[in-house]
Amino acid sequence: MVTGHGPLERAVRLWLPVGFFLFLALFPFYWMAITSIKPNAELYNRNIMPLMVHAPTLKHYVDLITKTSFLVWTWNTMLIAIVSTAISLVLGTMLAYPLARMRFAGAGLIAMTVAAVYLVPQPLLFIPLADVINRLDLGNTLTSVILTYPTMLVPFCAWLLLGYFKTVPKELEEAARIDGASRMQTVLKIFLPLCMPGFISAGIFAFTLSQNEFLYALIFLTKTTVRTVPVGVIAELIRGDVFYWGQLMAGALLGSIPVALIYSFFVEHYVAGLTGSVKG
Amino acid sequence: MTFVSQHVPAVRRTADRRAPLKTLLDREAVFSWLLMALPLLFLASLVGYPFVYGLLLSLQDRPVAQTGTFVGFQNFVVNFHDPVFWQVAVNTFIYTGVATLLKMVGGLCLAVAMNQHFRMKNLVRALLLLPFIVPTVLSTVAWMWMLDPAFSVVNRLLVAFGWPKPGPSWLGDPTLAMISIIIINTWRGLPFYGITLLAGLQTVPPELYEAATIDGAGGWQRFRFVTLPLLRPIILIVTLFSIIFTFADFQLVYVLTHGGPQNATNLFATYAFDIAMGAGQLGLGASVALAMLPALAVLIVALTIYMRRN
Repeated sequence: MVTGHGPLERAVRLWLPVGFFLFLALFPFYWMAITSIKPNAELYNRNIMPLMVHAPTLKHYVDLITKTSFLVWTWNTMLIAIVSTAISLVLGTMLAYPLARMRFAGAGLIAMTVAAVYLVPQPLLFIPLADVINRLDLGNTLTSVILTYPTMLVPFCAWLLLGYFKTVPKELEEAARIDGASRMQTVLKIFLPLCMPGFISAGIFAFTLSQNEFLYALIFLTKTTVRTVPVGVIAELIRGDVFYWGQLMAGALLGSIPVALIYSFFVEHYVAGLTGSVKG
Repeated sequence: MTFVSQHVPAVRRTADRRAPLKTLLDREAVFSWLLMALPLLFLASLVGYPFVYGLLLSLQDRPVAQTGTFVGFQNFVVNFHDPVFWQVAVNTFIYTGVATLLKMVGGLCLAVAMNQHFRMKNLVRALLLLPFIVPTVLSTVAWMWMLDPAFSVVNRLLVAFGWPKPGPSWLGDPTLAMISIIIINTWRGLPFYGITLLAGLQTVPPELYEAATIDGAGGWQRFRFVTLPLLRPIILIVTLFSIIFTFADFQLVYVLTHGGPQNATNLFATYAFDIAMGAGQLGLGASVALAMLPALAVLIVALTIYMRRN
């Protein structure tokens, strides 16, 4: 903000702190990456310099893909994340539109409830929910998590979209109404097409949230064939006290890539969602 | 407020007068409730019902796969006399308090450092957010390996800089294990703080800084008397968010330490999990999870009201 600094002062004020935070944020990923391509002889040898790879190998990746069900877990994770995000966007819109646009008794109460439900952390609900899923006979089905993830994603999407909807000007909708369009037509044909940025923000955020989910997946999915990446990695790559660190890091890295990739395409939307998620 | 009476009975009355269906559906209240019915029903059955059911479970002796018997507040009495329960409560408060403080201070520093003009700022911001994006379980596994008793890279670096061999036992020592989970939670949550506060910082009008500078304010004073007061609402909201989700944290601890050594890192959520899923005592487990409710309820209500007001 204040101009006229020399390069030294700029280095101290800018690159020293920013460099420090960058190093802190990225080192674990660097370590993940180089561990995944080190041969075991190098991994478990305390006499060689650990910060670089001397004889890189893809063995851990090959083992991960051929000897474990990693690809199945990846498929499950993607399917669950996409379906539950889609459900949550639709249901979230159905909640957010009336709250943003209509006047009716109880609107304030509903908005408060949605915000409160959004803030309820899973550990408060997982025990009764596990019993409900059991009674519905949904244990070890992808349906169990596709049904339960939206319990956190719907209020989240509704909250984010509510904020976004309020920023969209009303004039087009009013014009459509005057021209005789019904409310439903106005929403579907006029309003929703204007809201793509809001949907992308909410969608990306919901997608990363469902990729990150662990507790419900851990409890509901106990068979290899239905597991998600986080649960599979924890439950099956750590066998007793034996750690296959190369495979574990390869799995952690591959498991992070879908989220990181989508995130990198939509950083701005993600940041908008992030700041929007804490706004009233 | 003329819409107050237009619930279902009012709707029927209008319909009797043979108003066309289209006009009826066009009423704001009718249209709104029809649209919201499905999502509200969904939330009522998968959040509302489990919540109430959890309250009932906590009053039962309910082994998994058996029917429960009503035992009143027996589970809560058991918890009250359980030293591990109290240790868990203390752990949870220490974990939440220290990690939140670190995230707040670190996040403010990050936001201030990033609030300068430089090339590739967007790239740097994107990279800084990575810890928050990547699934917690996966990054925690990386930390687990970084803190491995035999091959910890952190210890190897410490030893290289003169620390006595073999270096600290990060996950084996009770205090160090608590420090480890706090550091990793901070590592993951700090970007959320930093980037949200950065967005707040960028809305501060530059004229305010100029005016303060003209009035003779130095860098620290500008921060203390211009930046901080303007950021207060956003700091408060982010902090409440962070407290709620740190207080009820599960994944990180489950993966890294499983609550050990000797319950030193056991939190409400992990302890409830052990009792309900490990020992199969659903009723007792539900009562441990519900011990979080008073604190969470206060925080959630406070945050909800505050977010509405803004």
